[in-house]
Amino acid sequence: MARQHSTDILIRNGKILRSGKRVTGADLLIQSGIVTSIKRRIEPSTKYKVKVIDAKGKIVCPGFIDLHVHLREPGFEYKETIQSGAAAAVAGGFTSICCMPNTRPVNDNKAVTHYILEKAREAGLARVRPIGAITMGLNGENLAMMGELASAGCVALSDDGYPVSNSLIMRRAMEYAKALNLTIVDHCEDCELSKGGVMHEGLKSTTLGLLGIPSAAEDVMVARDIALAEMTGCNLHLAHVSTSGAVRLVREAKARGVSVTAEACPHHFILTDEAVGDFDTYAKVNPPLRVESDVQAVREGLSDGTIEVIATDHAPHAFEEKEQDFDHAPFGITGLETAFGLTMSLVDDGVLDFETAVCALTKNPAKVFGLEGGDLSEGGIADITVIDPNEEWTVDPSAFRSKGRNTPFAGRRLKGRVVTTIVDGRVVFSKDQGY
Amino acid sequence: MPSSYRHKTSARGKEFLLKPLKESKGLKKNLLTIKSLDLRDIELIIDTAAAFHEVSGRVIKKVPALRGKTVANLFIEPSTRTRTSFELAAKRLSADIVNLSGTSSSIVKGESLLDTARALESMGVDLVVLRHSAAGAAHMLAETLDAGIINAGDGAHEHPTQALVDLFTIQSRGKAVSGLRVVMVGDIARSRVARSNIQLLTKLKANVCLVGPPTMIPSYVEDMGVSVSYDLESSLKGADLVMILRVQHERGQRGLFPNINEYARLYGVTRERLALAAPDVLVLHPGPMNRGVEISPDVADGLSSLVLDQVANGIAVRMGVLYLLGATREAQSLRAR
Repeated sequence: MARQHSTDILIRNGKILRSGKRVTGADLLIQSGIVTSIKRRIEPSTKYKVKVIDAKGKIVCPGFIDLHVHLREPGFEYKETIQSGAAAAVAGGFTSICCMPNTRPVNDNKAVTHYILEKAREAGLARVRPIGAITMGLNGENLAMMGELASAGCVALSDDGYPVSNSLIMRRAMEYAKALNLTIVDHCEDCELSKGGVMHEGLKSTTLGLLGIPSAAEDVMVARDIALAEMTGCNLHLAHVSTSGAVRLVREAKARGVSVTAEACPHHFILTDEAVGDFDTYAKVNPPLRVESDVQAVREGLSDGTIEVIATDHAPHAFEEKEQDFDHAPFGITGLETAFGLTMSLVDDGVLDFETAVCALTKNPAKVFGLEGGDLSEGGIADITVIDPNEEWTVDPSAFRSKGRNTPFAGRRLKGRVVTTIVDGRVVFSKDQGY
Repeated sequence: MPSSYRHKTSARGKEFLLKPLKESKGLKKNLLTIKSLDLRDIELIIDTAAAFHEVSGRVIKKVPALRGKTVANLFIEPSTRTRTSFELAAKRLSADIVNLSGTSSSIVKGESLLDTARALESMGVDLVVLRHSAAGAAHMLAETLDAGIINAGDGAHEHPTQALVDLFTIQSRGKAVSGLRVVMVGDIARSRVARSNIQLLTKLKANVCLVGPPTMIPSYVEDMGVSVSYDLESSLKGADLVMILRVQHERGQRGLFPNINEYARLYGVTRERLALAAPDVLVLHPGPMNRGVEISPDVADGLSSLVLDQVANGIAVRMGVLYLLGATREAQSLRAR
């Protein structure tokens, strides 16, 4: 992070979310990138310049943390760059984003990790936390240099986009990662069961004549990973849980004391396979949009704490890539700029209370990967997201900071909007000033 | 949602430019699916096809109905009979027709389907007949192009004109579809003909029973209003119509059944098995047939078989569809860029 000398910031009159609890009408002072004071009333210093932000009617939250984004750089800069992805992140209230290693070259060595961190420093927006590959080149066969990746700055390990299909390799990866105290993140899919599939296997895929991806393709792999985590004692984090079976397996594993955590994506707790409509490639995502009973199960999982993290799986693609027939269009939905508003719909629907919803975007993901931030405390880093819980807005992809406009949520009305994002004590996004 | 979000030249908003086809909702510009048609559309197509059926029996097999209109047969996936059927239909209506196949040079050079189709439209093509291996390909063209699109088969999705041909063939034998006991046997999961026929026959209130090994029956297909059986002989009892689908053992069938012999033993339609059906049972097969696999030669050539009627009627039905979509269109050249 570029450590420019920053002016002090005083956020006044906002409700402050602290340790998952809401404190009404308090002020918060930031000095040199650190929260130095949170109390009922703080008077701005007369000795030096202080930027005052009036947060009346707003809620001051810890900066959001996204454990699952694809920034596409290096290698696919036409889809997204670290700069454009980080700009999208802060516009969506995310102050830290963890980027998956499926770039070209793959982030399986320190040179790529350093490159990502350098680009992120140049962008000077969100904190970018790279996730290293589990296997070299994501080939599923040879373990990546996990120790090197960890010391270069990788915060977790994943072959995301692919599972590690070979169970022995996954066992070895977990054993190795445990020694380094790194979490293994798995994209759970039995690639033989899902082969050729482009959407959820159900009535909709049958009607459209598209090859389906059965729920069992996810459940089988979740069950295997849980068994391996139980055996090795490694911390396992399950990416984008989408089926009722997976939620049930995680719930049971947690009850047994297995060290497993899970994330859900907004599209999986809001949309069903009906969103595919007449072959809308913007609704093509992996894991696929499932059916109503799965959406309800994911919501129950969030509600009872089985799923503790909300992540976006932000997957930008170029327009011409999605402008193909459904079979050939790539999987993926851009998520950074819609995640908060979509998460708030869970609050509206009574699935989560506001504080728990914000914890799923802050404290919980910080804990899963052991990242700094995720809470507001005196002496803690000043990564802050100020939101207006009542502002209603319409999703307009043409206004996205991300290069990826591929969202099935275009035109949707959302309630709850990010108004100011502060990273390391600097305002990096302000809705009104169009940063 | 405003179309600008997707930067597509959406054709939907421009439909008002076309003269509405009398009271038809599903047939304004394109024929993409049977699913989108209502009973009135179906009746209109069948009636129009019946009117054109007589033309093929004339000495001079030509009417000037689409004179000056241009039809492009864009067959990215190879086909002989459907392409020929559309070509003859267009020629008998006096339309100009161009044929483009998947081996055409621009497609070999990697030009996208949409760019090929846009180029055709700029050359003043009024109707594009598309056959493509990907489900939804015809929808994609329809969203982007002003030219009318006729789906001649998109992946395993739909093949609407084939289902209309089958309906025309059944009705030309004086059978009412409502209440008809239909057995459809074969690889339902990978068949576009099956999907279009399921949509059409259930709309017309036939009792449809799908038969095949579970590996060939798609998930939740019962929710489309049909029943499913894994036993051919018990399903054939009293059947009025048997639709036999081709077993496509040449592509992508790995693991769906042990081998062709086993398939023929369990699901091949033979004369002995057909004897279980109603005495006046009709047999349809969209072709090409694997004689001795899904259909025995004596059934294929037997009195119940309407296989050649289907081929003959194919031209009449496609003439009807081309006419209904082509005749009401303004000259495409006026809107060409």
